[in-house]
Amino acid sequence: MAIRQLSIFVENRPGTLADVTDAIADAQIDIRAMSMADTQQFGLIRMIVDDVETAKQKLIDRNLFVKITEVVGVAVSDEPGGLARAVRIIADAGINVDYLYAFISVSKKNAYVVIRVDDNSAAEKLLAENGFTLVTEADISSL
Amino acid sequence: MGQYFQKEFETMPVEQIRELQSEKLVKQVKHVYDNVKYYRDLMDEKGVKPEDIKGIDDLHKLPFISKEDLRKSYPYGMLATDLKNCVRIHSTSGTTGKRVIAYYTQKDVDMWDECCARALTAAGAGDEDIVQVAYGFGLFTGGAGLNGGSHKLGSLTLPMSSGNTDRQIQFMMDLKSTVICCTPSYAAYIGEVLAEKGYKPEDNHLKAGIFGAEAWTEEMRRDIENKLGIKAYDIYGLTEISGPGVAFECESQTGMHINEDHFVAEIINPETGEVLPEGEKGELVFTALDKEAFPMLRYRTRDICVLTREKCSCGRTFIKMCKPMGRSDDMMIIKGVNVFPSQIEAVLLNEGYAPNYQIVVDRVNNSDTLDVYVEMKDSDFSDKIKDMTRKEKELSGAIKTMLGIKPIVHLVAPKSIARSEGKAVRVIDKRKRLGITI
Repeated sequence: MAIRQLSIFVENRPGTLADVTDAIADAQIDIRAMSMADTQQFGLIRMIVDDVETAKQKLIDRNLFVKITEVVGVAVSDEPGGLARAVRIIADAGINVDYLYAFISVSKKNAYVVIRVDDNSAAEKLLAENGFTLVTEADISSL
Repeated sequence: MGQYFQKEFETMPVEQIRELQSEKLVKQVKHVYDNVKYYRDLMDEKGVKPEDIKGIDDLHKLPFISKEDLRKSYPYGMLATDLKNCVRIHSTSGTTGKRVIAYYTQKDVDMWDECCARALTAAGAGDEDIVQVAYGFGLFTGGAGLNGGSHKLGSLTLPMSSGNTDRQIQFMMDLKSTVICCTPSYAAYIGEVLAEKGYKPEDNHLKAGIFGAEAWTEEMRRDIENKLGIKAYDIYGLTEISGPGVAFECESQTGMHINEDHFVAEIINPETGEVLPEGEKGELVFTALDKEAFPMLRYRTRDICVLTREKCSCGRTFIKMCKPMGRSDDMMIIKGVNVFPSQIEAVLLNEGYAPNYQIVVDRVNNSDTLDVYVEMKDSDFSDKIKDMTRKEKELSGAIKTMLGIKPIVHLVAPKSIARSEGKAVRVIDKRKRLGITI
């Protein structure tokens, strides 16, 4: 059920992000969701794309350090408190959220978020039981 | 003419120094031959007997001792007396992670302390002075050496150790320290913090500082002198020979006088081992004439240096050595600590990393910095920041355990470290652009 995310390691200096976005652009791959986290020394770029395998290979071809990580995609209602309900459910189950970011495309009534936790399937099960719609890779191409 | 701690020796006519050295050398070679199997084997291999050494002119016949020999003979192989006669050890980092341990009898400590007292006296210190020792205390010889020298001199000694700069400054101001001893980079740092706190150079009571254990330039000397309002003196030494005070600077600040009644210095061609005439540049070699517990004969320091014997305005007759101009091997001195790339490599392998790394040394705000770039393997990669920073911290901690100094570790992508002819460039010492020879 989980969706596959590209995790890309870059050094924290000018030009490293551009190397990544150039590779994705040249391959005509569409970015659906993206986040960047940085420390003083390095950055981690995480993205959900419409063709994860091709994107990974294109990045490797450019000598970029990339790995595929599974994350949870969930639809939350696009109104105040929509995200809060999903996060509360996870928190009350004692599951730690490592990171979370939103999709770039949104539908009329839902916003989509990516959540990374230690135990993806437990989080998915909880969210589904509580009436949330999980996002699949198939959904991503139709977004 | 200056003040002397032991005038009789410090101003001894050169011919008498040579006679004294000859007499001591004959006894010392016998002592070592009789008590140190490792060196006896070296002599036997070279076909030299103690009776072949009749004086200082025969010194060149003896085999060298290298850092490698100390590593091989670790921990007791060079010990020349019963352990029960020893009162202390000091230690320095050595190649491939094995440390060099030097042993001292009480007589060895007394001799060393006297050498440091000579250095302090040459810097203008006496029994009315307040000497703040801000070198590290512990296995490192810096703190113990100057502390002992200050005691011998009868100065009031503040055994501060290094660090805790606010406390250093508080004691310096409240107790009116007149002499400070530490690494030059720490002296420059104290100067900066004093200025930040609003003190002018004339506000402190310091008149002199003795700075050693790391390379520093004349520019840095002027900088420290201006910031602290003092005269800054250089000091040289190494744990293998005793510690700081093997050589020290006098008021003329034109090189360091070697305590020749205790140590014989030679300059050799590092490739051939041939002894070079005075004034030529080569590797500095020391023979310790009075050491009982850990007596080095012809120990190769790997420091590249020049010796000159000229009449000095201070009245001392001891030969002078210049600041070391470089090293004959890959050892770096970072924050006063000897660092070999192989030590860092050993830690990386031990921690499960590939030996693809780059060491970058720099000096920022007069303090040495150490950055280690390490290539990750695929399995080291995590999409979680906390996992990656934890790995960096763990590696930094492991390197600190080995070296005693903490690097900033940067994990980098595989094959991202520049390679020349297929080999990664191991060390980039940016201090060289500052004119500092390490």
